[in-house]
Amino acid sequence: MSSASPSTAGPITVAVIGNPNTGKSTLFTALTGIHSRIGNYPGVTVEKKIGKFQFNDREIRLVDLPGTYSLSPRSLDEMVSVEVLLGRQAEVGKIDVVVCIADASNLERNLYLTSQILDLGLPTVLVLNMWDVAVSRGITVHVAELSQKLGIAVIPCEAHRHRQIDDVKRAILTAAGQSVSAPPRVFPPEFYEEGLRLQSILKGWGDPDVPFYVAERMLLDVGGQVESSFTARFPAQLPDELNAARERLKTNGFRVPSAEAKVRYAWVRETLTGVLTVPPERPATRSDRLDQWLTHRTWGLVAFAVIMFLVFQSISTFASPLMGYCEMGQQAIGDYVGSWMSPGPFRSLVVDGVIGGVGGILVFLPQICFLFLFIALLEDCGYMARAAFLMDKLMTKVGLSGKSFVPLMSSFACAIPGIMATRTIENRRDRMVTILVAPLMSCSARFPVYTLMIVAFIPNVTWLGGWISLHGLLFFGMTFLGAAIAIPVAWLFKKTLFRGETPPFVMELPGYKWPSPHIVLNRVYDRARAFVTRAGTLIFATSILIWAASYFPADHSRQYQIEDQIEQTRATVQSELSQHNELEKAIKALPEDDTAQKEVLEQKLAELQPRLEPLNKLLEEKNVISETLLEKSYLGRFGMMIEPVVKPLGWDWRIGVGVLASFPAREVIVSTLGTIYSLGGDVDESHSGLHQALQNSKWQDGRPVYTIPVALSIMVFFALCAQCVSTLMVIRRETNSWKWSLFTFAYMTALAYIGALATFQIGTWMIAR
Amino acid sequence: MKTLKDLHQPGQRAEIVDVTGDDAVAVRLMEMGLTEGAEIQLVGFAPLGDPIEFLIRGYRLSLRKAEAARVAIEVL
Repeated sequence: MSSASPSTAGPITVAVIGNPNTGKSTLFTALTGIHSRIGNYPGVTVEKKIGKFQFNDREIRLVDLPGTYSLSPRSLDEMVSVEVLLGRQAEVGKIDVVVCIADASNLERNLYLTSQILDLGLPTVLVLNMWDVAVSRGITVHVAELSQKLGIAVIPCEAHRHRQIDDVKRAILTAAGQSVSAPPRVFPPEFYEEGLRLQSILKGWGDPDVPFYVAERMLLDVGGQVESSFTARFPAQLPDELNAARERLKTNGFRVPSAEAKVRYAWVRETLTGVLTVPPERPATRSDRLDQWLTHRTWGLVAFAVIMFLVFQSISTFASPLMGYCEMGQQAIGDYVGSWMSPGPFRSLVVDGVIGGVGGILVFLPQICFLFLFIALLEDCGYMARAAFLMDKLMTKVGLSGKSFVPLMSSFACAIPGIMATRTIENRRDRMVTILVAPLMSCSARFPVYTLMIVAFIPNVTWLGGWISLHGLLFFGMTFLGAAIAIPVAWLFKKTLFRGETPPFVMELPGYKWPSPHIVLNRVYDRARAFVTRAGTLIFATSILIWAASYFPADHSRQYQIEDQIEQTRATVQSELSQHNELEKAIKALPEDDTAQKEVLEQKLAELQPRLEPLNKLLEEKNVISETLLEKSYLGRFGMMIEPVVKPLGWDWRIGVGVLASFPAREVIVSTLGTIYSLGGDVDESHSGLHQALQNSKWQDGRPVYTIPVALSIMVFFALCAQCVSTLMVIRRETNSWKWSLFTFAYMTALAYIGALATFQIGTWMIAR
Repeated sequence: MKTLKDLHQPGQRAEIVDVTGDDAVAVRLMEMGLTEGAEIQLVGFAPLGDPIEFLIRGYRLSLRKAEAARVAIEVL
């Protein structure tokens, strides 16, 4: 077999494949730098990553394939690698060279995949990565002999130290266009006869282009992806042909499917004889000693809890202030840009729509970056597999595996990085269920809603001398409500939508290593970029849409008049305003018992009031107008239209509008309620005026709108509802389908409605008793 | 016949005799190197006794009890 040589000027296309934990992405980054394009293959959830580099004036395109232990596809996702390698993936094109990366310290298992790759008959380069680890374990590999036995170039490499990278590049260039020696015939001759026979049968049925490797997989993988896709095409004839062929092989002592592993591992053993020497006793490495603690039945759990605590603690220490700055920055830029424009629909679009929309995307970035920093660190150093090992038993109770734990845990800060982190779950059903329930975890954006409702409506009862408070208990309960609901939901999804046999939990526990800063930062950058560019645009579009719905069709001319007046008046009382602010700051800074000084300052403050009165009047009027405008907008009209729908939850149309406006991002409810209750949109959840406005809000017959059951029903709704466009966009990106975003939205909204309905009805019934 | 599930003492060694069944789980186990004649060693258990950690072909592998029970062994 030989491959046609690529034209001397054109780019060389190289596929990179290897076992997980072999440093494949490290090698990929070492070869291409950070210049790579990320996308999805059509119809599957596999990420398509393509990088480029120049070497000796040739352009080399590198296609990263998902890490795998074997090339026997069991699903459409796994089929992608085979299609790419066979040049049947239109977006990638023909593969000129395969780079197969193997862990030099674990050659025996790694060569299993290599042996399958060789069957493809493509020019191949075998990279023995982590050479240093192998050396430190006393393992020696005779590279030249291995290369001769396999008939391909074998390059030892330390990708994380950027050593021997040029050797790899040179080998790729040499291999491109070189003729390939016939792959080792590991199977008995009868098997190859059956393969050829199958090829000619398929040709007779009208498919002349079945590569030998596809025929091989069809014979070997009982119930595999190749068999099922071909059976779908030839349902009448193929099953009988395959069964007959497998039966004939069996009489020759080749029992499908168990024969392949036996034959290939025997071939690996034989190939490595005289090539590989391993010390008779595996020396206890530092990694092993560390593992004695980190996977210990008791200390392992303690260590895990400490690590998770530190992760979340640092996110709240570092990311929260950054998010605050993002919001402040958005406000400042909005004010600055706004001050250069005259009031009008265009200014509103720019300030509230565009700048607000961009801010709404950027505000997620600190959390995404920090969570991903930790996830990448834990993954790269090898701890993630231990976390899955420790948590597996617990997660099997909901039908998932240990690998779902960290993504779900991360979702307590923000579902977006949590969903992105599900890539480490190779079983598609497990991964889908994890993605679908991740948004139920209580993210940080729900906190303002809980704070607003709890502080305004729930009496703060304390017990045990202040150690336990009702507020604290409610916060705790609301935080874990979503997770508690997620248990039956995940179970239900596993029983209905993603039914199938329990996937095996066959997981390698790789040796620990120092995380490579380059790889970790690169991954954070990758994810952040993917979020901003691919999800960001749609989030932005939604923000503009909601802006338009709350802006049109009302007549805003009176509002602009007032805004003009406000600006003029503000200019005349500049110095009073700054005095006012400084006095307020000073009062806040005073120690509580310094009442004398406090009175003096408050007196001064009162003296300033008359000068500020006109401005305050105008501001109040503006807030009232904003409220009426919102009421008359499409959003407001829609809110009133759906009042019958939300009434059973105990809500009036105002809450309905607030909830509608917060579908793109749940934290928006606070500022929307601020606008609805004529306080302006700048309020936050601890604004006492907002608390009062809510407490004073009445139905037409004079009953208060907000009672404890209503407050609880709102909180339950927010706990369970998918009010986050960003999350839905990321679900679309990760599942490569709108269907699952819509499904998540629908099921969570239904759950939220039922939950809120039950809360309000039961709460009201209990109070009535 | 004893299976991997019957190993209790960390450090205990065994030789693999067979993986029962022809389903995807069996194939997966064999692909990971659990084939006839390979030597395997028990490393330890996760907090709730499941999954179990093994050493095989020079690397560490974790299996659930359900999968371990599919691997017939001869204790060494």
